[in-house]
This record gives sequence, structure tokens and C-alpha cells, in this order.
Amino acid sequence: MEATIILHVDGVRRELTVDTRTTLLDALRDRSGEYSPKKGCDHGQCGACTVLVGGRRILSCLALAVACDGDEVTTAAGLAGGEDGPHPLSRAFVEHDAFQCGYCTPGQVCSGVGVLAELEAGMPSHAAAHPGDPVEATDAEIRERMSGNLCRCGAYPAIVAAVREVAR
Amino acid sequence: MSGVEQGALGRPDERVEGWDKVAGRARYAYEQPVPALYVHPVLSTVARGRVLAVDTGPARASAGVEAVLTHENAERLADTSDAEFAVLQGPHIGFCGQIVAAVVARTPEEARRGADLVQVREYAEEHDVVLGPGHPRLYCPDELNAYPEADTRQGDPAAALERAPVVLDRTYRTPMEHNNPMEPHACTVLWEEGTGGGSLTVYDSTQGVHPVRESLAQVLGLHAEQVRVVSEHVGGGFGSKGSPHAHNVVAALAARAVPGRWVKLALTRQQMFTLVGHRTPTIQRVRLGAARDGVLSAVVHDVEEHTSTVKEFAEQSAVCTRMMYAAPHRRTTHRLAALDVPIPFWMRAPGETPGMFALESALDELACELAMDPIVLRERNEPDLDPETGAPWSDRRLVQCLHEGARRFGWAGRDGRARSRREGEWWVGTGVASAVYPHFVNPGSEVEIVHGQGVYTVSIGAADIGTGARTVLGQIAADALSVPAERVRVRIGDTALPPATVAGGSAGTSSWGSAVVAAARALREEHGSEPGEGARARAGTPEDAVAPGYSVYSFGAHFVEARVHADTGEVRVPRMYGLFSVGRVLNPRLARSQLVGGMVMGLSMALHEHTVMDARLGHVVNHDLAQYHVAAHADVQQVEAEWLEGADVRATPMGSRGVGEIGIVGAAAAVANAAHHATGVRVRNLPLTPDRFLVGPRE
Ligand code: FES
Ligand code: FES
Repeated sequence: MEATIILHVDGVRRELTVDTRTTLLDALRDRSGEYSPKKGCDHGQCGACTVLVGGRRILSCLALAVACDGDEVTTAAGLAGGEDGPHPLSRAFVEHDAFQCGYCTPGQVCSGVGVLAELEAGMPSHAAAHPGDPVEATDAEIRERMSGNLCRCGAYPAIVAAVREVAR
Repeated sequence: MSGVEQGALGRPDERVEGWDKVAGRARYAYEQPVPALYVHPVLSTVARGRVLAVDTGPARASAGVEAVLTHENAERLADTSDAEFAVLQGPHIGFCGQIVAAVVARTPEEARRGADLVQVREYAEEHDVVLGPGHPRLYCPDELNAYPEADTRQGDPAAALERAPVVLDRTYRTPMEHNNPMEPHACTVLWEEGTGGGSLTVYDSTQGVHPVRESLAQVLGLHAEQVRVVSEHVGGGFGSKGSPHAHNVVAALAARAVPGRWVKLALTRQQMFTLVGHRTPTIQRVRLGAARDGVLSAVVHDVEEHTSTVKEFAEQSAVCTRMMYAAPHRRTTHRLAALDVPIPFWMRAPGETPGMFALESALDELACELAMDPIVLRERNEPDLDPETGAPWSDRRLVQCLHEGARRFGWAGRDGRARSRREGEWWVGTGVASAVYPHFVNPGSEVEIVHGQGVYTVSIGAADIGTGARTVLGQIAADALSVPAERVRVRIGDTALPPATVAGGSAGTSSWGSAVVAAARALREEHGSEPGEGARARAGTPEDAVAPGYSVYSFGAHFVEARVHADTGEVRVPRMYGLFSVGRVLNPRLARSQLVGGMVMGLSMALHEHTVMDARLGHVVNHDLAQYHVAAHADVQQVEAEWLEGADVRATPMGSRGVGEIGIVGAAAAVANAAHHATGVRVRNLPLTPDRFLVGPRE
């Protein structure tokens, strides 16, 4: 069965016809040629497909496209190529060489931007020693929050350094 | 490079494709913007047997399905001598997860649905998928991966062990492991009929476009010129993309079934666990004979591993023991059991990675036995010449790595006794291990340099799998031509460019870079320092890139702090430090990323990685990233890599050696040694899961 949906991808309105089984990730990649979000597992286990929907990070392989009708989707392409210049985190990734093969990278950047917003909003995580502790951008916090984004190239120390730099 | 100004080399240039990757604009194999059909493979569910019948009716009737390929209707291949590529050529099933059919459909969803509807009736025979010690099917392979001899012997190791005042006899085991690059193997393929017998275009995720072209042409009975393989960006490989695999052949067969239309095939993460290689499990018995002062008289390293019944791959796990430490009496052996398992293949530093876990753990055990500092023990057994060949070393600075690394890590004053430091709920310890990796320069690459409007375009079909090849080849060319790097453009990843050898064996930059230097020299010789428009020169990797008569290896020392929770057995590694000797570092930013990445993979191997085969059903149980855990952010704390300054002009004209693999070698041993120092529990079976520490101290 097919359905027609509207997505606003990095500020561009797109009308798409999708199979009702199509995930948001496949709608972006296979149906609209937006290959910035990557598919590493298709099962919510790697984070490569992370995008921001309404400013919050989600795994686009676990979202059905039809459930995202009308949503604002931001990908790493939108973050790097925004009207006011690239997001500081995109720049920090380049400077810290926070990647090698680059395949996990768009997901890491989107996830990192989501983490920055969560820290800003004081949202708690498992890394806090005690519930209710103030939320700070410590390395332990960043690592905990970024742990859904795997990097087989092992760029973790540089990714954490990039997020830490922008968080401060 | 003699007579060449050092300008670009040694400078930490950012990756030329850095912004493309950060934005997600870098195009990987699947991401070609072409209207395409989608291919979804169907895999066997028994580990040994045959396909009795395939009912394709329901699949063909399913919406959007254009074709279903089976062993009964698929094209007969021209060359099936490599059984891995003999896909859909017969009913035989050699492992669970082998391709037994494939569906071609209009959309990915329809292809997947179609694949679900293909009904394959299989006949199951008895299978055997578990390597145990002394397996009855063990045999001696004719050769090993990259090495001619399965067994070596010097002196009389048995007699030397008899006589030795101290003998250590231990067995270490490493599990089956999977490469799991983040980008699943994928290709986008077009077959066009026409003059010259047709042409095949393949966008592939590969560590070598020319090797893929060669294999596909041979399998399909085409001339190499009929096949073009392109690989602009590669989402990691770690060896698993070092050769084409069965899915490449299926994608080509599918494309040839629908001429003139593109087809896309991306393996699922689950399918990658059986179709693109893995590291064999190993059982390694190490025996050391030593005097009380730690000087070794005998080293014996006997390895048992598995391979597949479909195709042999013999991992060279004991070769490190042939050259690592001095001892007059020495033996190494490799035995394989051909089991009904998927085909093993390269995984980062095949051989050295499991082998050095065993050898470096054994050295640590011997040091404990002798109550000696493990660095001193290694130093006592430092060979002046390569013990295997008798050749002088080109640049062996292992002892310097150990000493200087110890200083920077803060090793001095360590209480060598195990279980001597407790902080709250945690036992704390430190460990050391050596690293080694051989230096290879592969023959067969060529580079063309063309001058136009002040810009030099350097072309070679090399692969950038995350190493930064594009960037560093440009730096090499800039210095070899004595021009600023801004005036060099590098084109790679396409068989339309001059041939390149595989990005493997840490030999990419060494092999391709040597050809870049040769081509730059040729251009200057032929056209001078002010070449005209369109001036060009071409040259290959020189045969004498490595100075003959020397033993050329990279070395390193890993230092690790480990904390083991006293109640739960959880292992945390707050600090890893590696000091390496890899010749001249051509780009510190990129080299650091590779070395740290190798260490992180070594940490992952130490703590987490373990593929589980189901003995009864014959399949991989934990075939996804939720169950096959690779190190995540929270597992990785401080990881630092540094290197000794210097250049090894005997290794390459650039003075460099490879950096892609040495970071993983020895890392797992350093973690295990640190965990032993913390707890007194010696873990000889990887990975170091918590249960291993809940047995109480034992030696
Ligand atoms: S592709 Fe979505 S989490 Fe892996
Ligand atoms: S950069 Fe390759 S997986 Fe993260």
C-alpha cells in the first residue's frame, strides 16, 4: 500500500509517495535521494541513521515514514550547510578528525547536536551519580549519551573532544 | 625522499573530503543517484546439505518482483574455481547463511517481501561448526595467508624445553570475530549489452577496485576492459572488503538478468555475519623455556584454527613468534579444521592480532613466574638480528618504545605483585604488551601525473577506506614535485584510473605512495620544473622500494590501566597509551586516528567481541550489533597514541611504514595483562567478560 506524505528536509518541502512499510530512513535515502543519514543496521542498534526531528534526535530506521508526515527533519547536510554557516559541531568534527571512514559521522553529528540540546535543557542521564544532580558536559555524560552511535573506526576520543569543545 | 624538500609531509593536513563526510555528502556505493531495481538475497538455513527445490511462484506473483534467481535459472558462470564466487551454480550448501536465491524488485520493500516468499526446501546433513582442541579434522595447510610455510623449526625445541630451568606451558583461545565495518557491503551495478560483448559498471564498497574488476571479469568470462569498478568512499572495511564476496557476484548476475537497468544490493547487517568473512577462532598453545634470568632458550607456538569447507583461509597466527624474541630453539605450527562455517577472511592484522595476544600474554605470565618486570623480560630477549632470517633489522626500536612508553605512561614504581591495589570497589592494575607488524610494499600499482594550468592531477585507482589516502597521496606528490599541496589534485577509486593494489596489509600508502614518488620523478625528468600544458608521466611502484637484505617491521608498546569491579567482575579501561615506531609519520592527524582506531578495536576485542556459533543448528547466534557488541562511546575512555620520530628510508622512498594495523596488535594482551595485575586472575580466553573474574584469584 502506498501513501503520500510531506517532509520538510533541511528546510526543503518534499512530497513523497512511500510504501506504508517504508521507514523514514528509506524514505530519505531511496525515495528522495537524501543520502546524508546512513544505514548501518536498520534495527536501531548503531545510530548511523540518526536525524533530528523537531530538534530531537531519533533513529530514522525505527520510524515509519507515514508517521512523520509533516515533520521538520534535519540531517547532517542541513547542519553543515545551514544559512548561517556550518554548525560549530560540524566544524569541530573536521578539526578534531573525529572520523575516518565517515559512515557513522552524519549520525554522530546529529546525535551530538541532540546531546547539546539535552544538556542545555538539563535532561538527566544514567551518567549522573545521583538523580537530580545538575547536568554538566563532562566526558562521562557525553560518552553515556553518545553510546547509541557506534564508530567502528574507533574515533570515539576525538568525537567526545569535539562535543566537549562545543558544549563549553 | 632524498633531495626533496619536506613541506607537505609531516604536516597535519585535514582530510580533503572531511566536510563531505561530516555533511554526509560523500557518496558511498549504494548511494548513486540512479533509478534502480533492488536485490535481496535469500540465505540457506542449514549448515550443510543441499537445496532440494525452490518454489519461486509466490515470490514472482508478489507486487513489484521482476525476477527471482535460483541455482536452476541463474546464468552459468565462466569460472567457478573460486568456490566463494560460484554463487547459484548448484544445490550444494556449505554453510548456514549461504546465498541460495535472490529477488529483484522495484523497491527495497518489495524485494525483501519477495525474498520472504521464496520457498527453499533444504536437505540437511550432519554438520560440524565448533572448533575444539585436537579436532579430528585438523590438517596442515600448504601455505598461510601471505606466508609460504605453515610450520617452521629452528634447533631442537623439544630438548631445549626439557633442559630449561623454567618452563611455561599455556593455552590461549581467541573467539570467532566479525569485522563489522559500519557501512554494510553494497553495490550498484549496471549491465549494458552492445558492441564489444557488453559492459558492466559496478559501484562497490571495496578496499580495491582493480582486484574486484579482476575477480568479476574472470567469474563472468569478460575481459577486464568490459568491467568498470568505482569506489569513491568506503565506510570501513578492516579487511572484509579486501576482496569481492558472493554478493558482488549475485548483484552482477541480477544486473545481467535485467540489461540496461541499474540494480542495487546492500547486505543487511545480519547477512554480513556469513557472507563477508570473519576472524577464525584460535586455540594457541605457547611453550616458553627460560633461564632464571629470563633469557629464553625455546619458544614453541602451536595454533589450531578453523576454515570453511567451501574455501580455505589459513590465518597466520604464529608468524609473529618467528621473529619477535631471541631464542635458539623455536617452532611454530598451524593446523586447520575445515568446518561447515562461513568463509573466514582478513580481519585487521590477521595473524598478528590473535597471535600476539597469546605470545604477549605468555611473556607476562613468564615475568610473573620469575618475579621480573615484564619490560625487563622483553629487553633480555631482544634479538640483534631477525631470528627467523638472520637479516639485520631496518629499524627495530621495540626497546625504545617500551622504555619511553613506560616513562610517558608512568610505569616506574609499579608494584609487580598482582592484586596489590584496591580503590573502593575496584581492583586496579596496569599491563604492558609489545606490538609488531610487518612492512609490505605490494608490486603492481601505477600512477599517472598530468600537469595543466599549474595543477598536477595525480591518478591511481587506490581506495580510501578511512585512512586518508586522498589527502596523504596529495602530500606525497606535493613534496615529490616540490610544489605546494594546493597545486595537487588526487583522483582515486576507479578502474578507469591506473591500477592500484588493495588497501590491505597496512601497505596502501607504502605501495601507492612509492609509485607517486616514481611518477613525480619521471615527470620532472621528462618535462623539467616548468612542464607544459598536458605534460604527463606515468610510473609504477619500483621493485626496489624496500631495500633488500633487511628485515622491515613496525613495532610498538601498549600500556593499559584496567579496573575490575570486585563484586561484579566488570572490567573498565580508563587509560590506554601506545607508543609506536612506524617510520616517518606522513600526516600526524590521520596517523593518530588510525593508531587510536586500532587500539580501540583491540580494546573491543579484549572486552567484548565474540561470535557465537550454535552447535546444534549451525548458525551464527548473535548476528547483529545488539548481540555482537563492539566498543561504544561509554567503553572507551582515554586512548592516546604517539610515535618515535624518525624515518626508515629502507622501507619506502617516503621513509614511512604502514599505520593501519599495528594499533590493534598486542592491545588485547595489554588489557588482559593489566586485568591480571589488578585481580590475580589470568584470563586466557577472550573476551574478558565479567564472569571470568568471579572465580577468585588463581594462577
Ligand atoms: S541504521 Fe538505524 S540505528 Fe542502525
Ligand atoms: S568513522 Fe568509520 S565508523 Fe565512524
